[in-house]
Amino acid sequence: MRYAVLMHHQEPAEGELSDEVVAEAMRAFDIYAKALHEAGVLLAAEVLQPTEASSTVVNRDGAVRVQDGPFAATKEALAGLFLIDVPDLDAAISWAGKCPAAQWGTMEIRPVATSFLDGGWTR
Amino acid sequence: MDTLTGSGARAAELAARDSYGRLLALLSAASQDVAAAEDALADAFEQAVRTWPGQGVPVAPDAWLLTVARNRLRDRWKSAEFRRTVVLDTDRDTPIHLDDLDVDAIPDRRLELMLVCAHPAIDRAMHTPLMLNTVLGFTAEQIGRAFSVPATTMATRLVRVKKRIRTTGIPFRLPDRDDLPPRMAAVLEAVYGAYVIDRTETGPEALHLAEVLAGLVPDDPEARGLAALVQLSAARAAARTGPDGRFVPLGEQDPQRWDRRLIGRAHEHLRAAHARGRLGRFQVEAAIQALHCTGAPDVRTLLNLHLILQDLAPSLGGGVALAAVTAEAEGPATGLARLDALLAETGEAASRFQPARATRAHLLARLDRRDEAMAEYDLAIALTADPAERAHLRDLRGRAGSAEG
Repeated sequence: MRYAVLMHHQEPAEGELSDEVVAEAMRAFDIYAKALHEAGVLLAAEVLQPTEASSTVVNRDGAVRVQDGPFAATKEALAGLFLIDVPDLDAAISWAGKCPAAQWGTMEIRPVATSFLDGGWTR
Repeated sequence: MDTLTGSGARAAELAARDSYGRLLALLSAASQDVAAAEDALADAFEQAVRTWPGQGVPVAPDAWLLTVARNRLRDRWKSAEFRRTVVLDTDRDTPIHLDDLDVDAIPDRRLELMLVCAHPAIDRAMHTPLMLNTVLGFTAEQIGRAFSVPATTMATRLVRVKKRIRTTGIPFRLPDRDDLPPRMAAVLEAVYGAYVIDRTETGPEALHLAEVLAGLVPDDPEARGLAALVQLSAARAAARTGPDGRFVPLGEQDPQRWDRRLIGRAHEHLRAAHARGRLGRFQVEAAIQALHCTGAPDVRTLLNLHLILQDLAPSLGGGVALAAVTAEAEGPATGLARLDALLAETGEAASRFQPARATRAHLLARLDRRDEAMAEYDLAIALTADPAERAHLRDLRGRAGSAEG
């Protein structure tokens, strides 16, 4: 089954994290992503820019409206995602628990309902 | 010949529930979908009811039912509806493959099913109802009554939680070794949940979950302890009600009316548990019950067991019981002090906890603090749902008041 493992956490303010802390986190993420890759379960890993870089778009009655800012302005924001392919929820939980962000944020596991692969939707 | 009609019928019901649970566990594991497995099994039972009376009961009824249900699942998988709605790759992701199933040697996958029912991704409040429904085959209506929830509400909740098992991909397999202890603890809690519900609706069969679990993990001392606890309590069920329908407290029960066979079975479980050398909450609770079943328990031993229990698994109920036993061993004043300390510590929830109020009333009465005792009995009576127990408390209140002079 495909799962999106979503990282939610508070966004650090400008300059809040020291270079050492950032370097340490990057090292941890590198180890984590390589472990996912070596286990053959990683489909994609995306770390997102902070929500100040996000734009929201709606199309109502043919009119496209764009707004700055995230979809939901909450304390904890979507910060990145790992798309993995593992046999079941227990395997997904196990990987989510190993993600460095699980130590300071919250990991959300969402099963993928259907995927567009090789030019078509999976059943 | 030595079985009474009642116990014979009960044995038949348990055998039917065992067989239902085993078949459903296997079909669920193969399809990763409890609801689909239930539908297929219901179809198989329907076909059995239609054909067995004419053609005769097959030599291996379970194998027959499994074969029919398996074909139903296969039909479903070939259907267009299934292709549209299912994201699971059943060839790759399931631990059991339908085609590999040997219907003549049906494996028991009920432990896996119980682990699914008590999975951390499922609402805790649904663990026990789901187990009663899938492992023992109780209907949503019966479970709803036992949990004081309307049948339709319980049915909706069960449907929703089964859908969640499927869409989230909760696996029907044993967890990794590191994950097993907390998962087993949740299973034990859920089975214990079947022990504390109102069993006038489900009958003593709900208690069978504990025996099923002990049979599945005979080396788990806590599963054995829980089975013993449930059996020791069930053994005294009949003696709890007097001929006039009144509640009979433990100390006044007639040991002749206790079920010796169940007590014997419980002691077997406890011996097996103790041999593993790993003490746990359920074993201690069972040991306390076993001590009560000796007729005249030694209060010092009882007090020690309660202290160990409150240390292993502190709870409000355990704390109240500890206070009551302290009163037996060290006098009502010490018991009351312990109870009041507990109540001060737990606050609001404790003040509406019936056993706490009833115990406090008994202790005040024993200390001859009559007005306080009567007021405390009033609070306890207001919190008591069982009519027999209410009547018993009213008696005691009357006695506490009339002891004057």
